Amino acid sequence: MENDEVVVIDAKDMNYRELNEKIHEVLDKNPKVKKILLKNVLGQRYIGNGLQKKDLTIEIYGVPGGDLGMFMSGPTIIVYGNTEHAPGNTMDDGKIIIHGSGGDVTGHSMRGGKIFVRDDVGYRSGIHMKEYKDKFPVLVIGGRAKDFLGEYMAGGMILVLNIDKEGKDLGKIKGRMIGTGIHGGSIYIRGEIEEFQLGVAADIKEFTEKDREKIKGYIEEFCSYFNLNEDIREKLINSEYTKIAPVSKRPFGKLYTHDLR
Amino acid sequence: MIPSAVPPKYKVEIDRDRCMLCGRCVVECSWGVYRKEKDRIVIYPNRCGACQRCVVMCPRDAITVRRNITCWRDHPLWTAEVREDIINQSKTGCVLLSGMGNAKEYPIYFDRIVLDACQVTNPSIDPLREPMELRTYIGKKPKKLEFEFVEEEIDGKKIKKAKLKTKIAPNLKLETPIMIAHMSYGALSLNAHLAMAKAVKECGTYMGSGEGGLHRALYPYADHIITQVASGRFGVNVDYLTRGAAIEIKIGQGSKPGIGGHLPGEKVTAEVSMTRMIPEGSDAISPAPHHDIYSIEDLAQLVRSLKEATRWKKPVFVKIAAVHNVAAIANGIATSDADAVVIDGFRGGTGAAPKVFRDHVGIPIEMAIAAVDERLREEGVRNEVSIIASGGIRNSADVFKAIALGADAVYIGTAAMVAMGCRVCGRCYTGQCTWGIATQRPELVNRLDVEEGARRVANLIKAWTLEIKELLGAAGINAIESLRGNRDRLRGVGLNEVELKALGIKHAGF
Ligand code: SF4
Ligand code: SF4
Repeated sequence: MENDEVVVIDAKDMNYRELNEKIHEVLDKNPKVKKILLKNVLGQRYIGNGLQKKDLTIEIYGVPGGDLGMFMSGPTIIVYGNTEHAPGNTMDDGKIIIHGSGGDVTGHSMRGGKIFVRDDVGYRSGIHMKEYKDKFPVLVIGGRAKDFLGEYMAGGMILVLNIDKEGKDLGKIKGRMIGTGIHGGSIYIRGEIEEFQLGVAADIKEFTEKDREKIKGYIEEFCSYFNLNEDIREKLINSEYTKIAPVSKRPFGKLYTHDLR
Repeated sequence: MIPSAVPPKYKVEIDRDRCMLCGRCVVECSWGVYRKEKDRIVIYPNRCGACQRCVVMCPRDAITVRRNITCWRDHPLWTAEVREDIINQSKTGCVLLSGMGNAKEYPIYFDRIVLDACQVTNPSIDPLREPMELRTYIGKKPKKLEFEFVEEEIDGKKIKKAKLKTKIAPNLKLETPIMIAHMSYGALSLNAHLAMAKAVKECGTYMGSGEGGLHRALYPYADHIITQVASGRFGVNVDYLTRGAAIEIKIGQGSKPGIGGHLPGEKVTAEVSMTRMIPEGSDAISPAPHHDIYSIEDLAQLVRSLKEATRWKKPVFVKIAAVHNVAAIANGIATSDADAVVIDGFRGGTGAAPKVFRDHVGIPIEMAIAAVDERLREEGVRNEVSIIASGGIRNSADVFKAIALGADAVYIGTAAMVAMGCRVCGRCYTGQCTWGIATQRPELVNRLDVEEGARRVANLIKAWTLEIKELLGAAGINAIESLRGNRDRLRGVGLNEVELKALGIKHAGF
């Protein structure tokens, strides 16, 4: 199975530093590597941290530890399992596909790239995501998010599909404090959200056909990664979403007065 | 328009006999104090903040700015300031925003500590004649050194050679224990940053990037820049992290412990937006906590994450504000793989802080250094981690005292700005700094000459470095290493027992 382009690393009993250094060594030694398969991953943190190789895919079998793909800029990480907290932390570019659930703070401060989570994410996910020019971070959550989704969001997009593994509706989203302090970007949640679930500075805006166009591609991408059939895809595309966006670009602009004397 | 619900704080006068109506003051004052009307310069004193730009620039020395003594009814409790604040807040319903450091009259412990000197029995050292070692290494030090012996053949003879087995973590090498503190690009102008970068390079020391990312113009100086990672994660990517000499995680800052930062959208110009990697004109909000840090373990995770991103080649510092629990927190940091703890005292400056925080939250840096040093010694880890102190270091004596209290090195902020022309007017948050330091307005930025600014900052660091050498010599010490935590070289004057205990020093006379 091992050739120039695919390298398998058995992470069993490996310390995180050892594992990550091994990944660096593989890449240093052979820049042609296209895929790294990590087997028996059990909580090792920082996998893919800071990697900048665009055409690289890391497949992870097991449960990676915190800060998966932190500062990553380019590669694709596919996880066959759940992840610990903060996958995609301050990620710059690239993709993380999680065939399971993401922990708390999934996509923290993400400024580019995409994260697709098959199931749920924990608290404070998508917090402080931001965008810059062509960098537009996207977090797609198949299931549901816990409280504080998209707090302080400054750009990019969060999409919550609210379906279970079979594509059935999960019912009303219960998360609170959605988008506290949001001053850029938008959150789309399939189904209805009550005003009281929003945080300060967040507002419910009309979901238009333009918005539907905007999210369509990401839904299709999501369905393709997780093998969801045509019917489910159509249902997701044609569902009603609640769009949450900032009240203003300057939520705290009026909070201060100058002590000018 | 500056509201005039309270009387002007300063009185601006033009000597009409001297004034030649050149209009320079009108141009120089970004606050709008002056307006030219026919054959007269009209003055709006309520807009004046005593930044002194006009005073210095008037070709005829015709301008005088004085404290305006408005007759408030005297009251020891309800001072003019208290009443003015209430009037302002009742008018706007807003949080009062202010700049620079704590402006209240708390005791300055540095000024109640005197240095000791040698006489006869333990002779002083002449720094002009003897070498004085000011070089300081900031970073993790090994607990102990381990060697292995390898046999080598030299000239046919087998010789046992000792080789260092212990891996030494990367350290920053400072030629003087003075660094320049983190002040972001955005809060400060590019010219100010460039001037400081040139100066630290010349002096063999370092400056902080602040949380504003790193402007391309600073890349040539990157090996003398410590890049900062704050809760907003502005401008943070792998390139930024690997480019600098070290990385600093900012948890808190002395001027506003416990709260985040906020660069208003109007200051996010095209250039600032580029280095911060956020859209132009959008607010740059750094939330109070890092949302991926809710415990010491989480902090340790971020420290290691930054090390992983840079393959353990860069020292990682953690900066916290001086608060009463600082020793315990610093101990947690010391055990987290961090290489240095930065403590910022309540005199620390800032571009913008709610006035109530600036003036009332935090503790004096002197106490904090002593407490952290003491605690890390008790825990047996003081040797492994460095302490950097900042927040109100005003002269070489402060540097010396901070080190004797337990710091390895200091950061200076306001002092470096004053060297570049800042008059501590405290209006940095308006973005209209007349000296071109705390502004992004091109016509104001241009007022700060990079070369001249660099010269002044470098001169300041060099002057203090010379003075530190002299002070060391007087203390009979020839290396800064021997001064660190050497509190026996300090004596308190007029301090009570509790204060002396907190500082860990004896009173003069003992
Ligand atoms: S700068 Fe001096 S001389 Fe010129 S107009 Fe102002 S006060 Fe008069
Ligand atoms: S930097 Fe400028 S605005 Fe800030 S205190 Fe100094 S002179 Fe005043």
